[in-house]
Amino acid sequence: MLSTPDDMLTTNQIIQWLEEVKDPEIPVLSLVDLGVITGIEINGQSVTVNMTPTFTGCPALDMMKQDVIDVLHKNGIADVNVVISFKEPWTSDKISEKGRNALKQFGLAPPPAGKNLFTDIDVLEHAACPRCGNTNTTLKNPFGPTLCRSIHYCEDCREAFEQFKPL
Amino acid sequence: MNESAIKELLYKIADDQLILGHRNSEWTGFGPLLEEDIAFSSMAQDKVGQSYALYTILHSLGEQEPDTVAFTRNASQFHNAIFTELPNGEYDFSLIRHFLYDTAEIIRFDMLTLSSFQPIAELAVKVRAELRYHTLHANTWVKQLGSATEESVARLQQSLEYALPYALGLFEESPYEKELIETGVFGGEKLLKEKWLERITEILVQTQLQLPDIKLIEPVLGGRAGKHSEHLQPLLDEMSEVFRIDPTAEW
Repeated sequence: MLSTPDDMLTTNQIIQWLEEVKDPEIPVLSLVDLGVITGIEINGQSVTVNMTPTFTGCPALDMMKQDVIDVLHKNGIADVNVVISFKEPWTSDKISEKGRNALKQFGLAPPPAGKNLFTDIDVLEHAACPRCGNTNTTLKNPFGPTLCRSIHYCEDCREAFEQFKPL
Repeated sequence: MNESAIKELLYKIADDQLILGHRNSEWTGFGPLLEEDIAFSSMAQDKVGQSYALYTILHSLGEQEPDTVAFTRNASQFHNAIFTELPNGEYDFSLIRHFLYDTAEIIRFDMLTLSSFQPIAELAVKVRAELRYHTLHANTWVKQLGSATEESVARLQQSLEYALPYALGLFEESPYEKELIETGVFGGEKLLKEKWLERITEILVQTQLQLPDIKLIEPVLGGRAGKHSEHLQPLLDEMSEVFRIDPTAEW
C-alpha cells in the first residue's frame, strides 16, 4: 500500500515532537538539545528511538525513556521502541548551542566545549560563572547534587554555582 | 570467543562496582564534611549504575535480570575482591581504598576500550570518562592529606599498609586468563597490576607516604572464586532487604 505524503513519518517530524521532552532535572533543556537521542529509525508506522545516558548511572533515564514513549503515543504513533545503548556514547560536546544557552539561562554553567578538555584540570578549576561570565572561580567539588553537575564558587559574585560537568 | 571466560570477567568487574558502590553509599550522611558526603554518594551512584550496565550485558548473554543477579545471590556466588567488601572503617581507610581501587579500575576500563568483545569495549569508553572524576577526587585528597599534618600522614600510612594486601587481591588471576589475553578480550591482570603500581607510585611520591615493597606483600585472594570474608553476607542482607520482602516493590 502506498502512503500519502500526509501520513509519511519523517525523522524531522519525530525530532520536532521530541523537543517537547525535557530533562527531568533541567526543565528548560530538551533531550534533543541535551544530545542523548542518538538515532531514529522509522519502519512504516513503527518508530525506534535510540538513546544513550549522559552518565551510566543516571537515575532519570527510565523517566526520560517513558516520556519519549508518551510524547510519540500522544502524536499518534502506537508502536514505539526505545533502545538504550552505548554505541555512540554521550559526551558533553553533544549538547547543542541552543542547549548550552538554555543551561546558562537556567543558571547552570554549560560544560566547556572541545574534545578531551577534561584532561586539563584547569578547565574544572576555573569554570565560567553563569551569572557574570568571569572565570575568577574555584572548584568546590567535582561531585554535585546530580551525577552530571559539579559545584563551584564565583569570587566576584561571591556565590556558589553549578556546572554541567564536561565528559 | 569463550562465553564462560567473558562472563567470568564481567561478573567480577560488576560485583566489584556494586559492592564498593554500596560501601560508598554508607558514607551518605556520615562524611567528615558535607562535600565528602556528596562525593562518596555520587561515586556510589556511578558505581551501582555501572554495575547495572555490566549486568545488562550479562543478561544479553543469557544470565538473569540485573536485579535478580544483584539481589538474590549469596556471598559465595559473588566474585568481587575481598578488598571491596571490607567495612568503611574511618575516613582514612575509605580514602586509601578509593585511591587504590579506582586507580586500578580506570586502568582496567582503559584496557577494556580495546576489547575484542564489542559491548564491553563500547561501555568502557563511557565508564573510563566517568571514572576520571573518581581518580581526580582520590588523587586530590591523597596528595593533600598525605602531606598535611603529622596525624593525617600517620593515619593514611597505617591505612595504606593495612589495605595493600587486600588491594593486591584485585589482581587475582582468572582461570581463563590466558584465553582472555589471546582472544583480545582483556589484557590480563598481570599487565593491569604493573600499570597500577606505576600510577599509584606517581601519586604517592608527591606525598610523605611510603609505599612498602609490593613484592614482599602476600595478596589476600579468594574473592574472585567466591571465598569471602565475614563482612560480605551482612552487606548483602542489608542491600537486598527490600527486594527479598517484596521483589515487585518499586522504590
